[in-house]
Amino acid sequence: MDNMLSRKVTCKSHGQDSSYFLGWQEYDKNPFHPVRNPSGIIQMGLAENQLCFDLLESWLARNQESNWFKKRGESMFRELALFQDYHGLPEFKKELAEYMSEIRQNKVKFDTNKLVLTAGATSANETLMFCLAEPGEAFLIPTPYYPGFDRDLKWRTGVEIVPIQCSSSNDFKITISAMEEAYKQAQKLHLKVKGVFITNPSNPLGTTLTLQELNHVITFSIEKNIHIVSDEIYSGTVFNSPQFISIFEALNKISFNNNNNQIWNRVHIVSSLSKDLGLPGFRIGAIYSNNETLIAAATKMSSFGLISSQSQFLLSRILSDKIFIKKYIKENRRRLRKRQRVLVSGLEKTGIRCLKSNAGLFCWVDMRHLLTGQTFEAEMDLWKKMVCGFGLNVSPGSSCHCNEPGWFRVCFANMEEETLDLSVQRIRALVDSNLSIVK
Amino acid sequence: MEYTLSKIATNDGHGENSAFFDGWKAYDSDPYHPTKNPNGVIQMGLAENQLSFDLVQEWVKKNPKASICTNEGVDDFKEIAIFQDYHGLPEFRNAVARFMERVRGNRVRFDPNRIVMSGGATGAQETLAFCLADSGDALLVPTPYYPGNDRDLTWRTGIQLLPVVCESSTGFKITREALETAYKKAQDSNIKVKGLLLNNPSNPLGTTIDKQTLTESLTFTNEKQIHLICDEIYSATVFDQPGFTSIAEIFEENPKSYNPNLIHIVYSLSKDLGFPGFRVGIIYSYNDTVTNCARKMSSFGLVSTQTQHLIASMLSDDEFVDRFIPESAKRLAKRHEILTRGLAQVGIGSLKSNAGLFCWMDLRRLLKEATFEAEAELWRMIIEDVKINVSPGAPFHCSEPGWFRVCFANMDDEAVRVAINRIHEFVMIVQTKKQRYIRRGKLEVSLSFRRLDEIMMGSMKMSSPHSPMSSPLVRAMT
Repeated sequence: MDNMLSRKVTCKSHGQDSSYFLGWQEYDKNPFHPVRNPSGIIQMGLAENQLCFDLLESWLARNQESNWFKKRGESMFRELALFQDYHGLPEFKKELAEYMSEIRQNKVKFDTNKLVLTAGATSANETLMFCLAEPGEAFLIPTPYYPGFDRDLKWRTGVEIVPIQCSSSNDFKITISAMEEAYKQAQKLHLKVKGVFITNPSNPLGTTLTLQELNHVITFSIEKNIHIVSDEIYSGTVFNSPQFISIFEALNKISFNNNNNQIWNRVHIVSSLSKDLGLPGFRIGAIYSNNETLIAAATKMSSFGLISSQSQFLLSRILSDKIFIKKYIKENRRRLRKRQRVLVSGLEKTGIRCLKSNAGLFCWVDMRHLLTGQTFEAEMDLWKKMVCGFGLNVSPGSSCHCNEPGWFRVCFANMEEETLDLSVQRIRALVDSNLSIVK
Repeated sequence: MEYTLSKIATNDGHGENSAFFDGWKAYDSDPYHPTKNPNGVIQMGLAENQLSFDLVQEWVKKNPKASICTNEGVDDFKEIAIFQDYHGLPEFRNAVARFMERVRGNRVRFDPNRIVMSGGATGAQETLAFCLADSGDALLVPTPYYPGNDRDLTWRTGIQLLPVVCESSTGFKITREALETAYKKAQDSNIKVKGLLLNNPSNPLGTTIDKQTLTESLTFTNEKQIHLICDEIYSATVFDQPGFTSIAEIFEENPKSYNPNLIHIVYSLSKDLGFPGFRVGIIYSYNDTVTNCARKMSSFGLVSTQTQHLIASMLSDDEFVDRFIPESAKRLAKRHEILTRGLAQVGIGSLKSNAGLFCWMDLRRLLKEATFEAEAELWRMIIEDVKINVSPGAPFHCSEPGWFRVCFANMDDEAVRVAINRIHEFVMIVQTKKQRYIRRGKLEVSLSFRRLDEIMMGSMKMSSPHSPMSSPLVRAMT
């Protein structure tokens, strides 16, 4: 039967055999519930933001849908039901562009004509690969990186990923030598490099890229004449200094001589409302670029994954309430900061350190000292112990292509605070059990 | 700087440079409006179903809980907003499966676990192409076919579409001979055929495929061990006899005769319910591997959970569905009749149809000559002089020039009346001009006038055996 289907069906590029997903399967079989299943597995592998739904719900209570329709003096339903223009609902695009600006402290302005709406960042990322690279060409990506990229960037596009190996010795920061090394590696593999793909703030690190790192990436990309894709979907989750610097902000700071400013045509941002506003179900993503040809092509491609007009309209209403949004952004940051502190200090007390982070919905946790050996086998053993023995679905660093065993991504914003406390207790129990083994 | 982008990003695979879209551009720059722009271009190139929104709006008003933005529904907001499982909300899958069954008169069963989401039918087509074929492989598609297939199935996938030529002499039916010819041609060119794509009901023909043809097609694909994709997005727009037969019925009647791993259905709510903006596409495959793979690929075009929630609620309301389906069909029938009669009154025939949101209009007699250049010229005249955007047959890969698709369900009654009046006027003007020329002794009548003239003067033989009967009004003119 397999030969009747495409190669894409039978290959493993969808990535779902990776441990990242196996943990989810275990969780699905035995999910934690504070009342119904208090000994179940706690989901700490899901980078969701569930901290501010009360704010959205109370907004909805104050701004009921029936009133929107009344204000328009006609039924919006029909208009929305028919609206399938891939240029997107104008009122939504306007609000999204302004929101994107707001979370960048208005240091960057976004033009709606350069914005393409897509069904989530998943679709945006794939679309960019279709537009920027031929099958067999490659993008360089700093490790560790989001496991989903293996599917989103490679699977149907045929594009390859070559990792830029980052190391704990300098807190996983991107260096010029690491990029050069990756470029050489690509050449060895006879892969033409089309660009660098960065995630800023980083998943899984939870850190914002420094201006120096951004400048390294820009310099490198100018020199090699390649693209930069900056996945900035976590930009609204920055809760501590240093402040978030968008790739465009970094570019703005550079004064170019004549030739080099062409880089402006090769820098593309991916945005989404799934992490900031905690609305992954609505599938709201976007591509932003100054490259007109790219925007034209990506707009047409968005036909394969448009955002439901219903959701575009809902978000245009929410985002247009500027006072509410300002309050939301501030409160969201405050709650994330508080929640991160709970996890970090809780882990500290058990002797476990996290990479110092200022963003994201997770911590990058250093459990190297808990490994029986500095190997990925030992990492898997520890991970299985955590999932099956202590009921914690965290994400092992190997699933994020980290080149050093012992690091784990632990999410903290997708659960109640009591559940987070419980998970810290379970980690303590794990550490204690580890110590007794060592003894 | 364009060399830095991919071939896909810079080629014409998106298909938007085709004539199909020129008419839209003309409409966009001068759109008809009853009061603001009564002389603007009337859009009859858009296959949308706008006839039954009052029923839907009434339901929405009565069911505030179906929306997560009302007081009644906001309790569901959080759960819906965070749900991003590509299996989709169970209630959504159940409701869609039930709806699809109902549309088929409950003659078949659909398993909700096989319902896979996609970004509209556009996304569904592409995803199936990715699953069933590799770059360079081919799908056979009967002509004429929806121009969007070229983009949806080939642009990013790298597969190719090969025509199965259907001709007006047989009412554009798909014949076994045509299938074999197309298949052999592919083999002779060393092209690997992976499947056959059927559109039932057909866009642009507006006809349902009969049981015999469906059975023949399924037998053909089964024999050749290739896939059969049935795009059934117009299934609930069937308004007249013969009714609709789904490929699911053909399969279920004789499940042992066919390999289920080769059968796949594409569905959507854009045409039947008139919800293109909500992007609800569905893949239903009888092949487990394809179902699993398509489901993973649906991550690239999931249906917004806000929409899943609304649809789940609406389509599980039996009373609403039982009322909607026949009422919508009734209105489509009426509109279809108004248009075809209006056209017949001036001697314009169309393929006898029983479904869809459009007619396949026969303007071959109006062509200067039987070429696609002449078709394009006539089309330009229709846009510029009659100020109606219709779709010429060439972008639909029709093998014969002179056929045009004209949509009838995307406007109100008034606009249809205006459109028909314009057509009548245009024909009258042509007739008057002809008489004036004769009086002045000018016999230099353009060929196109002469064609209309012939019709007016009573060579009333309708070229297509499927054209509606000539009305008394037409007879009075001769």
